[in-house]
Amino acid sequence: MALTEERPPLELTSGEEAVVRKPLGVFTRPSDSPGWRSWLTTVDHKKIGIMYGATAMAFFALGGLEALLIRAQLAQPNGQVLDPQVYNQLFTMHGTTMVFLVIMPMLAGFANYLIPLMIGARDVAYPRLNAFSYWVFLFGGLFLYSSFFLGGAPDSGWFNYAPQSGVAYSPGHGIDFWVLGLQITGIASLVGAVNLIVTCLNMRAPGMTLLRMPVFVWMALVAQFLLLFAIPVITVALFLLMFDRLYGANFFVVEAGADPLLWQHLFWIFGHPEVYILILPAFGIVSDVIPTFSRKPLFGYPFMVFSGIAIGFMGWGVWAHHMFASGVGPVSVAAFSLSTMFIAVPTGVKIFNWIGTLWRGKLSFTVAMLFAVGLVSQFTIGGLSGVMHSVAPHDTQQTDTYFVVAHFHYVLFGGSMFGIFSGIYYWWPKIFGHKLSERIGKVHFWLMFAGFNLTFGPMHIVGLQGMPRRTATYPEGMGWDLMNLLETIGSFLIALSFLVWVYNVVRSRKNPHAGADPWDGRTLEWATSSPPPVHNFDVEPTVGHLDEWWHRKYDEDESGRPVRREHYEFLSAVDEVSLGRGGREPQVDTSSIHLPSPSYWPIVIALGLPLISYGLLYTYWLSALGGIMVVGGVVGLGLEPSVDPEAGHDDHGHDDGHGPGPGTDATGEEAELVGVGAGDGATASGDRAGSGERA
Amino acid sequence: MSVSEQTAPPEVVADRADHVPHDAAAPAHHTSTGLSNEKLGMWLFLGSECLLFGGLISAFLLYRSKDVEGMVGPAVGDLYDIPFTSVSSFVLLMSSLTMVLSLSAIQRADHRRARTWLLTTAMLGATFIAGQVYEFTSFVREGLGYTTNLQSSAFYTLTGFHGVHVTIGILMLVSLFVMSLRGRLPAERSETVEIVGLYWHFVDIIWIIIFTLVYLIPA
Repeated sequence: MALTEERPPLELTSGEEAVVRKPLGVFTRPSDSPGWRSWLTTVDHKKIGIMYGATAMAFFALGGLEALLIRAQLAQPNGQVLDPQVYNQLFTMHGTTMVFLVIMPMLAGFANYLIPLMIGARDVAYPRLNAFSYWVFLFGGLFLYSSFFLGGAPDSGWFNYAPQSGVAYSPGHGIDFWVLGLQITGIASLVGAVNLIVTCLNMRAPGMTLLRMPVFVWMALVAQFLLLFAIPVITVALFLLMFDRLYGANFFVVEAGADPLLWQHLFWIFGHPEVYILILPAFGIVSDVIPTFSRKPLFGYPFMVFSGIAIGFMGWGVWAHHMFASGVGPVSVAAFSLSTMFIAVPTGVKIFNWIGTLWRGKLSFTVAMLFAVGLVSQFTIGGLSGVMHSVAPHDTQQTDTYFVVAHFHYVLFGGSMFGIFSGIYYWWPKIFGHKLSERIGKVHFWLMFAGFNLTFGPMHIVGLQGMPRRTATYPEGMGWDLMNLLETIGSFLIALSFLVWVYNVVRSRKNPHAGADPWDGRTLEWATSSPPPVHNFDVEPTVGHLDEWWHRKYDEDESGRPVRREHYEFLSAVDEVSLGRGGREPQVDTSSIHLPSPSYWPIVIALGLPLISYGLLYTYWLSALGGIMVVGGVVGLGLEPSVDPEAGHDDHGHDDGHGPGPGTDATGEEAELVGVGAGDGATASGDRAGSGERA
Repeated sequence: MSVSEQTAPPEVVADRADHVPHDAAAPAHHTSTGLSNEKLGMWLFLGSECLLFGGLISAFLLYRSKDVEGMVGPAVGDLYDIPFTSVSSFVLLMSSLTMVLSLSAIQRADHRRARTWLLTTAMLGATFIAGQVYEFTSFVREGLGYTTNLQSSAFYTLTGFHGVHVTIGILMLVSLFVMSLRGRLPAERSETVEIVGLYWHFVDIIWIIIFTLVYLIPA
């Protein structure tokens, strides 16, 4: 309120006084009020992170259901559970879902929630674009799934090779849904990548140099760079296929002279970096979990960071190892064989560094730690079968068999998903204020561990025996019967373990409050309350160390052992559970902190995109409506000030006069995140002085 | 934080004294890198765009050099009107100059001139687009439709994507012009013009690459 009245409005170039208008738009600005509606309009990175996680877990259940149907079909030879057409749809949607709608958004959720907390920021760089990313992802996923009810889901596998994906061989709308749905989720990934990279580079707290960022932040940053450059490549491929299918272009029409390898190259130039997009943030998660539960700093932090960057670079030079069987020529095969072997080196560095961290650590095997160690061991198995694929003759034998299926499930499920569950158990108390039950969690872990290995371990064997993937049945007498039955039993164990996790989540609400720092953590997110306040930190931290929070809590004695300091200060007001043992609360006035206001525009723009896509398939009127929503939404977003001048600051008391002025409404992104910039002189320098004293 | 050091030469600060002196909402370069979030974001986006055009150009080059037996319709390479396209390329190149002049004017708080140059840039861009429309229609008249053959699909897709990028640039320039007219683009916010300029120059550079690879170098 006071904001706009006390300060003179920005003078106009013409010299006359500017009138402070209400933000242009058909909506009244949403208010901060609690309740379900606040989730639709929120721009808070923490809420958006939770929504990413919840949505991804729902898709995980769907993708898992598809997997169970596949396994039910394959439990016995000559399976009759599914029609082959449906089988094709199910394995296509299973792969697409798990890659694009589960692991990617899950890791995006972690990145969203944790990066600002870990680097000491109040929010991401563009909070409204952040909300936009989430809604686009959600609607893109729903659009893709709506294909089941509109004539059948896509059925050409998750890499959808041409010319199989052309109209001639797949005349239904399934592939169209795939093409358009992935374009929509691609927008979400691209916007998210720009947002998170800018956040990592630009929003760090004072003293948070790049080499003081937690490894999770680093790995997420590398993954976002990979996304930034990989998404446009698949966008090109998707556009070309879309023009083929909808408008009769000839890019993949072999009769017109097209080269089907064009699709394979474009897809895998995206697809291989994508593999690292899926695994690197999971590596980051366990790189933060293992030190905490070993009570040691991460062994070889710089090696960890630089090996991650090396993987990011080398990930661009190995794509054709997915195409050894497609006749790319001996020189290409030799070159990509070599580069594929080399990329195992930085990955091996990581494995050894985790082992080095565990070595002589004071280990406590919490569920998070179990899942982290599960990642290290299972990813190693998957990595080893990956190196086997780099040997081209070997790969030619294994290609399109269950050996490949075993390999990528060991890296993506045994690696990424185990990393994700490690992160879920580790950060749950931070996000929701109470722990998940360790006892039930251990049941969950061991069931999932056993089920996972039972499902995918035997696939190595039947794969080497030649069992082809993506085939709806197999005959008797091939010697595959027992193994397939075991695999099916294993997959149902995984499903059971997932239900145990769901039970754990539901039950956890009764668990006692965990406090701000339940694991005696090392990084900044543990220095604020659980769950953190909207503005993340009452006091903006000034960082002096890697593992800053640990150094604030612990000193070293002469022999280098950690000794807990008598007093240390949290960065926010915390509950009593967290105090004691020397912990203190900061005494600061947080009223001067202003965060961006919620907005309707992100969801409006995002809703326009699937409308445009439906329109392309059915009637252009829908496209026109969607187009109007997108354009109108962009204009609305641009004209709306990121902080609502009309918003009541009741809960903030007074305004310090450094808040955003009316000039903010000139352009949209220009004034994003006034919260941090706003406190300018007064609060920020005050904080800095305060923490300087402490140091 | 010293906003002015980043956005404008020091002597300009005095000129801006008639504006609100300590406007906290002006783009405060309060960031770890010193680059504003918006500018850094635009650079990243443009990096991503490089790969988009890289993919499209690759697809075109692959299919242009493909000798297909019994290809339907004319080859795209036989239809180019190089003098015409050279002129429209020159027009687009000049629009980068006017874009710079506009930025320089707004940094000097010379808003009349800034608006003139903004509008000129948009008009030059529109001229280029008009040339492209003319080119496409003349190609179609000579029997090269979008679906005629491999080359035509690749050619129209590549140049069409570029045309859409120029069009979006024109829309942004017009928006800036309107904002400036309504006084919402003071010198402190010259960075907005700079960021749109980054995009505009990028689209220009892409055209130089396309013009060289697609039109000038024979298949």
